[in-house]
Amino acid sequence: MQEQQIISTENILLSAQGLHKSFGGLKAVNNAKIEVKKGSITGLIGPNGAGKTTLFNLLSNFIKSDKGEIIFDGQPINNLPSHKIANLGFVRTFQVARVLSRLSVLENMLLASQQQTGENFLNVWFQRKQIRKEELENRDKAMAILESVGLIKKVNDYAGGLSGGQRKLLEMGRALMTNPQLILLDEPAAGVNPTLIGEICEHILNWNKQGITFLIIEHNMDVIMSLSHHVWVLAEGTNLADGTPEQIQSNSQVLEAYLGE
Amino acid sequence: MVGYIVFLTISAGLYAIFGLGLNLQWGFTGLINFGHVAFMTVGAYTTVLLTNQGVPVILAVLIGAILASLLGLLIGTSTLRLREDYLAIVTIGVSELLRLIALNEEWLTKGAFGVQGFPLPLGKFDPNFFGKFIMIAILTIIAIFTAYKLWIGLSKIWRKGNRIGPLIWAVISGIILLLVYICGVIALNDYNYKAGLMLLVLVTLALVYSGLEILVNSPWGRILKAIREDEEIPRALGKNVFWYKLQSFMLGGGIAGVAGSFYAWQLTTVYPSNFEPLLTFNAWTIVVLGGAGSNQGTILGAIIFWGYDSLTRFVLPQLGILDNARLGAFRVMIIGLILIVLMIWRPQGILGNKDELTLGK
Repeated sequence: MQEQQIISTENILLSAQGLHKSFGGLKAVNNAKIEVKKGSITGLIGPNGAGKTTLFNLLSNFIKSDKGEIIFDGQPINNLPSHKIANLGFVRTFQVARVLSRLSVLENMLLASQQQTGENFLNVWFQRKQIRKEELENRDKAMAILESVGLIKKVNDYAGGLSGGQRKLLEMGRALMTNPQLILLDEPAAGVNPTLIGEICEHILNWNKQGITFLIIEHNMDVIMSLSHHVWVLAEGTNLADGTPEQIQSNSQVLEAYLGE
Repeated sequence: MVGYIVFLTISAGLYAIFGLGLNLQWGFTGLINFGHVAFMTVGAYTTVLLTNQGVPVILAVLIGAILASLLGLLIGTSTLRLREDYLAIVTIGVSELLRLIALNEEWLTKGAFGVQGFPLPLGKFDPNFFGKFIMIAILTIIAIFTAYKLWIGLSKIWRKGNRIGPLIWAVISGIILLLVYICGVIALNDYNYKAGLMLLVLVTLALVYSGLEILVNSPWGRILKAIREDEEIPRALGKNVFWYKLQSFMLGGGIAGVAGSFYAWQLTTVYPSNFEPLLTFNAWTIVVLGGAGSNQGTILGAIIFWGYDSLTRFVLPQLGILDNARLGAFRVMIIGLILIVLMIWRPQGILGNKDELTLGK
């Protein structure tokens, strides 16, 4: 836990205050707050239905919040469309790993690259040389990432043919391809076999060392407690507690929320 | 015989262009457009009305295509944010709306009386030997381009170890190509405007096809395909999904607008009843038959569609089993049956990729 002391308090990459979201009469997220320090791995836990995934959706603006303020890298992002948020270096993944089934693994990766010249309709006609150059560069980068996550043999396979664990890896690799500052991971270990869980954890630690910040929802307590520098606990849409993994593990309120009275 | 082959080539060619527009929207972007004929209506009426006022043909076609894509913009901005099924309903509504406007706004479209006597492209063209030579040369280039594309496609299948399939395809497509080429050369030599129209359709088709191939294989096309698969992913990766859907919808519409110009020139008289919703579903038949998401497939679909149409139109009456009224219905039923059989045994369409379908979502 030495890294924790290194991270200073003013280095907050993402902060959200007073977030509200109701679906009809159900208050899914009710006055929630979260802070993610630059360079950290931050955990978000809570019992089923606590509103964790909804909070993720609010942060990435996939769902618009009713009230509240979200600041990423010193800039309010409440009113930015979700694709602009991703452009800023804030990428999310999904609870059930989503891949583009009928595109190859490589194409899944190439899609993620930001600011591609060839994404503009006119450039397709007038910048062909530049596009070819970028495609080659992006291909090299994608290959390196795929190599590191062990999907290199699947490069030309359809992504729809991957197993659940491989999909998780592809999704993370794809997020990495965007050159992100912050990656939101929604249950990276769910439905993955124990060996692969270890592998995924190692990758996350590795990427974190390279300077990428993570915010992770996870039900697997071993994973979250071993990875995180700081953990936030959500229950029934509101903050229950936050602190270091040790503090959370010995917090009676948290144990109560998980185990019942 | 030559005249009929020329007619078939024009029909198949303009339906192929029409289908390519839909294939971009549905096959590559996953947008369900049940009102494709609306774009054709706009393209056709704009072209004939403008050329009637003395606007040059090329300019009129361009304006028609631009107006058709603006219609796409209009439909798109109001519906593309909604889910696909709503788009389907709105588009079919818009296409009927446009047809009814054409029927009732007589000051503009002459209503059910139809627009007649508009200028045709190359209509007064009387080529000398040199002109004919150039036209035949262009036709030859297109034929060689087609043969080359066929060769590449078939040798790919051949190398995968499949031997009989590509051989049969090579023979059939070779015969069709040769037949169209020979009839085309004869028709261009004994020049009339239909021969010129045929050449124009083929040139346009080749341009549209090549352009689309470049587009769908670019990073731009990759985003469209990603939207087709799951639009939340490109959104999470920083792509403006709505804007790309809109571009695809507008471009597909503009292409259908160009097809509309050719449709008008082939008809030589344009009535609102030429733009029934049936045309939209013909385009769907063509795209599904050939394989959604394959531009070659769409062209093949158009050829099969018109090949079937002419075969049954002439062969079935010879059998003398059914009277004419029943025969018409029977032919449509067979198309339905073919589609059902195709959906069971080859749901990816003729040129679709089978591997893609065995994937879980």
